Amino acid sequence: MSTARSIHFTGALFGSRGSVRRREIKRQITGITFISPWIVGFVCFTIYPIAASLYYGFTRYDVVRPPRFIGLDNYQKILLDDRIFRIVLSNTLYFVVFGLPAAIVTAFLVANLLNTDVRGRSLYRTIFFIPSIVPAVSSAMVWLFIYNTEYGLISSMLSLMGLPAIPWLSSAALAKPSLIIIQCWAQGSAIVIFLAALQDVPRELYEAAVIDGASTPQRFRHITIPMCTPSIFFITITGLIGTFQSFTMPYLLTGGGPNNATELYAVYLYRNAFQYFKMGYASALAWILFIVVVFFSIITFRSSNRWVYYAGK
Amino acid sequence: MVSTSLKTDPQVYRIPSPWIPNPARWRNYIEAMTIVPFGKFFLNTIKYAILVTIGTVLSSTLVAYGFSRVQWKGRDAVFFLCLATMMIPGQVRMIPLYIVFSKIGWVNSYKPLIIPSFFAAAYDVFLLRQFFLTIPLELSDAARIDGASELTILGRVVIPLAKPAMAVVALFTIMGAWDNYLGPLIYLTDREQYPIALGLQMLRTTTPSFYMELQWPRLMAASAVTIFPIILLYFFTQRTFVEGISITGIKG
Repeated sequence: MSTARSIHFTGALFGSRGSVRRREIKRQITGITFISPWIVGFVCFTIYPIAASLYYGFTRYDVVRPPRFIGLDNYQKILLDDRIFRIVLSNTLYFVVFGLPAAIVTAFLVANLLNTDVRGRSLYRTIFFIPSIVPAVSSAMVWLFIYNTEYGLISSMLSLMGLPAIPWLSSAALAKPSLIIIQCWAQGSAIVIFLAALQDVPRELYEAAVIDGASTPQRFRHITIPMCTPSIFFITITGLIGTFQSFTMPYLLTGGGPNNATELYAVYLYRNAFQYFKMGYASALAWILFIVVVFFSIITFRSSNRWVYYAGK
Repeated sequence: MVSTSLKTDPQVYRIPSPWIPNPARWRNYIEAMTIVPFGKFFLNTIKYAILVTIGTVLSSTLVAYGFSRVQWKGRDAVFFLCLATMMIPGQVRMIPLYIVFSKIGWVNSYKPLIIPSFFAAAYDVFLLRQFFLTIPLELSDAARIDGASELTILGRVVIPLAKPAMAVVALFTIMGAWDNYLGPLIYLTDREQYPIALGLQMLRTTTPSFYMELQWPRLMAASAVTIFPIILLYFFTQRTFVEGISITGIKG
């Protein structure tokens, strides 16, 4: 608003309306010049790739020979004949349905613990945050060691107690939960976001609740959780998108094994594109992923009216 | 991890494993660095992270300025388009970009990883724009009346005030570059070019499998070396960092 006023002011200062018009054109040019790096990037790294990928999805393309148009064959094959696609999709959904809520609940509870007045609170916060700044490859190596059946950290502790080793990553039944544990461990940024939300909860609400005789669990259930639903919603949406695209951890820790139990969508897509060089097939996979992600995001958005509470409304 | 990195091989396999290795075997570090050319990987990563950070901060600052401090027709609609690009999964763009980069001969170099960063990603633009909007417009107007050009206003008025937000963008970019595994995996084939992320994985897998189990102390030493600069960076920038996450979180 203030600019509008000042433009009016400078316009009046310099007299004619013509100069105002010229000024407007000049601003238009200035604005567009400033955003020109984005425009170039948008055309080269977004519009073009999207169009190309859409086209490749309808072709057979092995990079060496030019793409050959095959219509809907890729999509038909993926949806009807590809056994691994079905495994991969259900594995990925497993992580979305079980892993994501587990991670969010863990992060939320930890954030609540860190929000209490304990001594050395900032030290605890640092400790919980560090896992999420450690590069994924390094933490993958560390987890390989922790989970190692013969010499790993957990195994040697178990053997101290005379218990047998647990085949964390090599058993098809345990590999997925093992990866989920790692995911719960690296929730530092979610914790920070929850902490910020917790600090915004008005003290008066708790005070009023105490006067009304609400117990601690009741206050948690009826004040803390509803007041934090906007950030829970945010973490759910970003986590959803992230989970569908997770690559590094499963790729490094299990390589998709044992017996495809942890082969995830992004890993399978990578293999098709860059190991088997089926670029057309992989492009079709990418579009199906996009549709699945959009579908789940819309469901989450739709449902948010029911459970997300905005103090402003 | 650090404990294991200082153990001798037999110590790793002794059960219960001692917590504090005695004597500490610092040679593991030297060995880890020499089995694969780790020093080279380290330099590669630093060079790559610095260039990407320069590109990102430079371009997203300019673009965010154009989206927030200059009034022009259609600005908000274009900005919405910019935000919408965040919805498209990386996998959709990955394949055509790989094909283009391989056709123009950029594969097996850092160009495909660095050059796109000079063209402003939506996420960083969003974060900076959000911050630029909080700076009073009167300051720019005053400078304009004094005859300052937009670039001068950006350099003299906006940037000095927006340093914290720019630091957040820079930090996230450095971390992202340090952590990037998929990008280098796709584009780099020559081992000399590897960043540490790929180097670490190489250290794990290049040794013959029967020897693999003997690698733990070295592997942990290499992991420690990889993590160390990031931990150091985090300790010096902790506040900026945590602020950055809560800003992006709440505003997102």
